[in-house]
Amino acid sequence: MAQQPVISVRNLTRNYQLGEVTVRALRGVSFDVQPGEFISITGPSGSGKSTFMHLIGCLDKPTSGEYFLDGKDVAKASKDELALVRNQKIGFVFQGFNLLKRTTALDNVELPLLYNPKSGLKAADRHKKAMEVLAAVKMSDRHHHLPNQLSGGQQQRVAIARALVTNPSILLADEPTGALDTRTSVEVMGIFQRLNKELGITVMVITHEMDIAEYGTRFVRFRDGKVVVDQAITKRRNAEDELAALPPPEVDPEPAGAHAGGH
Amino acid sequence: MSIFMTLRIALKALGRNKMRTALTMLGMIIGVAAVIAMVALGSGAQAQIEEQIKQSGTNLIMVMPGNFSSGGVRMGGGNAVTLKTEDATALRDVPGVQYVSATTQTRVQVVAGNQNWSTNVQGVDVDFPNIRLWTVKFGSWFGDQDVRGASKVIVLGSSVANTLFGEGVDPTGQIIRVKNQPFTVVGVMGPKGQSSTGQDQDDTAFAPYTTIMKKLSGNQNIGGISVSTASADDVLEATEKVKQVLRERHKIGPGMEDDFTARTLEDMAATRTEMTRTMTSLLASIAGVSLLVGGIGIMNIMLVSVTERTREIGLRLAIGARGRDVLLQFLVEAVVISMFGGGIGIGLGYGLSWAVRTFMEWPALVPLNSVFVAVGFAAIVGVFFGFYPARKAASLDPIEALRFE
Ligand SMILES: Nc1ncnc2c1ncn2[C@@H]1O[C@H](COP(=O)(O)OP(=O)(O)O)[C@@H](O)[C@H]1O
Ligand SMILES: [Mg+2]
Repeated sequence: MAQQPVISVRNLTRNYQLGEVTVRALRGVSFDVQPGEFISITGPSGSGKSTFMHLIGCLDKPTSGEYFLDGKDVAKASKDELALVRNQKIGFVFQGFNLLKRTTALDNVELPLLYNPKSGLKAADRHKKAMEVLAAVKMSDRHHHLPNQLSGGQQQRVAIARALVTNPSILLADEPTGALDTRTSVEVMGIFQRLNKELGITVMVITHEMDIAEYGTRFVRFRDGKVVVDQAITKRRNAEDELAALPPPEVDPEPAGAHAGGH
Repeated sequence: MSIFMTLRIALKALGRNKMRTALTMLGMIIGVAAVIAMVALGSGAQAQIEEQIKQSGTNLIMVMPGNFSSGGVRMGGGNAVTLKTEDATALRDVPGVQYVSATTQTRVQVVAGNQNWSTNVQGVDVDFPNIRLWTVKFGSWFGDQDVRGASKVIVLGSSVANTLFGEGVDPTGQIIRVKNQPFTVVGVMGPKGQSSTGQDQDDTAFAPYTTIMKKLSGNQNIGGISVSTASADDVLEATEKVKQVLRERHKIGPGMEDDFTARTLEDMAATRTEMTRTMTSLLASIAGVSLLVGGIGIMNIMLVSVTERTREIGLRLAIGARGRDVLLQFLVEAVVISMFGGGIGIGLGYGLSWAVRTFMEWPALVPLNSVFVAVGFAAIVGVFFGFYPARKAASLDPIEALRFE
């Protein structure tokens, strides 16, 4: 192995105790991710995809098994250490966007910087950094908009900007296109492909749509808490090319208060 | 996250629910205002008592027969519970003592023409007005020969003079009947107003103590001795010497208790000040209960807020907020509510005190330290009642919180 894997898990399990019943959500997953990979995770509902991603994202701790992130054992890290990892190394994108209500796009994007315990970034610097990432997702002209004044695709782009603002090495997205229409989905996947290619960010996307999975470099399938398929994607799709080929959108989702999904 | 940012976020969050924030604050406002107003009432009363002591003189020593120091009247070590005219005379020579007056009193009916009034006549000596710092308005005070001769002369308190002769009339030289004996009115005292216990100090009259004892009451003994020293600094020392002289005269051996009580006016007032202070604390504690209720209101609304914002908390945790960041955020919100409420409450408390002073003519006085105490208390209430909801928020599991609907 030439490179040190950015993510390395061994025999990862996660059980949930529901009264008397033990739900074995993950039943031993061993998995390595090299820097710069774009991993698409699929699998039936309840197969443990989200559970796996929460563990990878340090939002949760495994019942057993090992997890090395950048060579560092995080399976037994303390709560505060995990918070630091989430802040510094990992960017999260959720299906429901999870933007703060009545808070401008810019303030939403700045939020992770506020929880950065080391860099005492000044307000102006935070501002600059947030505007940079908003530009990277082509949302700079909407930075003062509130979430309910943005379409679903626009909200998801703001959410991606928020995930990017601390320069994480890993971007995790749990069904990021689940609430979006086809065209917007392609746009969002295009952003992931670009970040992956241009910035070398490792991307992991959960999706239940096969065509969305094909934007990745590696295909992983979960079933009953285990990885059952793990293979390279040979015929990779390119979102940018496809977007260019698609007919232009009839109406730009402009109107204030437009809701294109989410809640 | 810096505390400044936390404060800004808290203000923003509170601003999103202005009505709710205002109502929650109202609890604190009322609580703090009530505490301040109550303390103001009590402190005002206390200050008034102190002011009255100052006016009546801080150099006064009152001697009474009997021992009051250990509750109830006791015989003490002497032969009889009495003070005699000679005791008063003897005190004139005590170093530091300036004026001495024997005192005695009796309740009598006074009649002038067809006007009729029942009052206390105080039998005193020539120096009495000097001791009480009381001046004569009409006529003059009686003289030495009146005391020696037990003359039937009387000086009226202004209320009595007003009742018998009408407001502003100078009755000097008139004859009135006291217990059916004719007395010549020689003077009227200036008005002294109410005492701190609410009695009319002008509803009285004065005559030589000898006259009272021989012509009115028939008492052989005097009721007390009023003594004043040249300066307030001498008063404690002089009190000790007065006691010594009286013990010698009453032949009280060492180790035996006094058969009289000698106290400074300040001593006597201290008891009443103490009572007022207790009353103040009682009122303040009752008001404090409303502060407590305000605190519970804060806790209640913070718990609602934590539940409502569960997803927000989950998101903050997911992007790297530590438990203590979330804890601090909600704690600061609670403290902001309580401190703002406290601040407005102080204003309202001042307003109430002012209203009481102006419209009810009660000497309400807001002591500065009560303001600090109220602010401190408000902050403590915020922290105390904000802590539980804040900790609840901080201990949320990020995934569960994000899933919360
Ligand atoms: N907090 C939880 N408590 C109990 N069971 C859970 C919890 N979270 C997930 N599970 C269970 O774990 C299994 C895997 O869930 P999940 O990882 O969400 O699946 P997926 O994302 O692939 O749909 C499911 O059977 C689910 O019911
Ligand atoms: Mg899932």
